[in-house]
Amino acid sequence: MTVFFALVRRELGGVFKSWVGYVVMAVVLWQLGWSLLNLISRLSGTSVTVPLPQLFYQSLYFWMILLTTAPLITMRSFASERASGTYEALMTTPVGDVQVVLAKFTGSLLFYLLTWLPLLGVLAVLREVTQEPAFLEPNSTGGAFLGILLIGALYLAMGCFASALTRSQMVAAILSFMLGLGLWGLSLSSAGDRPALGPWGPVLDHISVIRQMTDFAAGVIDSRHLVFLIGGTFFFLFLTTRVVESRRWK
Amino acid sequence: MDATPIIEVIDLVKQYPGRTALDRLNFVVGPGEVVGFLGPNGAGKSTTMRILSGFLPATRGTARVAGYDVFHEAEEVRRRIGYMPENNPLHLDMRVREYLKFRARLKGLGWRRRRQRIDAVLNQCGLTEVQNRIIGQLSKGFRQRVGLADAFVHEPDLIILDEPTIGLDPHQIRAVRALIKELGRKHTVFLSTHILSEVEMTCSRVIIIHQGRILAADTTDNLERQLALDGQVIAEVAASAESVAEAFRDFPDLEALDVTVIDDDFVRAAFTPRNGHDLRALIYDQVVQRGWKLRELTRSRHSLEDIFVHLTKNRKEER
Repeated sequence: MTVFFALVRRELGGVFKSWVGYVVMAVVLWQLGWSLLNLISRLSGTSVTVPLPQLFYQSLYFWMILLTTAPLITMRSFASERASGTYEALMTTPVGDVQVVLAKFTGSLLFYLLTWLPLLGVLAVLREVTQEPAFLEPNSTGGAFLGILLIGALYLAMGCFASALTRSQMVAAILSFMLGLGLWGLSLSSAGDRPALGPWGPVLDHISVIRQMTDFAAGVIDSRHLVFLIGGTFFFLFLTTRVVESRRWK
Repeated sequence: MDATPIIEVIDLVKQYPGRTALDRLNFVVGPGEVVGFLGPNGAGKSTTMRILSGFLPATRGTARVAGYDVFHEAEEVRRRIGYMPENNPLHLDMRVREYLKFRARLKGLGWRRRRQRIDAVLNQCGLTEVQNRIIGQLSKGFRQRVGLADAFVHEPDLIILDEPTIGLDPHQIRAVRALIKELGRKHTVFLSTHILSEVEMTCSRVIIIHQGRILAADTTDNLERQLALDGQVIAEVAASAESVAEAFRDFPDLEALDVTVIDDDFVRAAFTPRNGHDLRALIYDQVVQRGWKLRELTRSRHSLEDIFVHLTKNRKEER
């Protein structure tokens, strides 16, 4: 266990000692700020029928944060160690492959959650401005953070997988961004509920992260969403472990 | 020596697509030895070390460290080795002590032993003064010492060092070599290098590898002896060329004699012995008997460099 914590600490330390950590935090703050401005400007003048929190979690700004931060946070995890050679030093200590993968993932997840903390402030401001008690209401806020955690975990697991495949951080970031964008794009296409989708409609609806986030934000915790997100996370972590192990395949 | 060998390599083969990096390697390193693994760049040194450290699998063959198979019992092996990879990769954003603490934790040292060992290796490597500096801001010599400190912080059975002095200036090289020598007193050390003098200075035994094959494996002295078969003796005496040739004409151990005049008084005679005999005493006696002045008497020793060139040249001619 001390080995695991040492690795997690190293992972977090690496984020804070490089520019990436601060850039990610700045980007998140900037996007949260924009989403706040956007929401306020949309509220002024026109009346909206959709519940306000839903409007927030469906906005492009919210998804931009997820789509951009996960690749930036995880691109370092394996790729940078491979490029600098410290990967070889790490993998020749008596540390297991699974331990390394889980530690890198946990470190990324902790940092990711940290970057989301300012959201609480944004919600408080929105509640103040709109006088809408739905913002910062315990159930929906808890649900929203659970959604952010679980969807984020899936995106970060995809990022770890992409990072394990290459020694270039750039390639890792692009790959993981494309994976994330793909899933989000599928979710978008199901949002229209077009009949053209035919038999794929229900499938797309099931994997729609937008739909899942809307449910979480409403305080609804659907077990199907949990199974999909947690299962997906473990699937990508499993793939990452296989990639790490593949070095030893003959 | 009845103890299990620390390194045992049997018919080790490593193939990369389209190229054989290691071609049936066989060698043994016993406990307490300091063995140099010598070869030009691309000979297969790093590949061998990566296989020994369990980082890469071999295509065929067996490699054991302290009796454990490097592939099937990788974790046991990793516990017993301290490995410094090529180019000494370090986390440049960490402080020296912090880095060693992190590495010691990965290697499973409890906190009490960790503190004790870190203090010891910092001291031994001359890093105590810079222990709170960021590694990225240290000179290359210091970084190399950090890598070495990491390699033996957990007191492993075997220390594997891949090109430990590459890219250092002469002062730093000297310091690192002294450190390796010191390590060799307590540990088995297996180090690779392409610098011949390094092996002569630090190692008790040398394994020469070229194009994935072992060309020679012996103590440095033995290798020199083997190749010193034609250990030529040079003498400069004050005599005429004819009288020198005449004086040594009937020597049974002399294969050839070549005399050249170098100035008004002295001639330079090159004696090539038969069967590697050392002719110096004989020559001296002869010179004294005849009352000649002698101003030089040397036997050319083959440096490891000659051995290396000789061995690799033969290999090329075979092909």
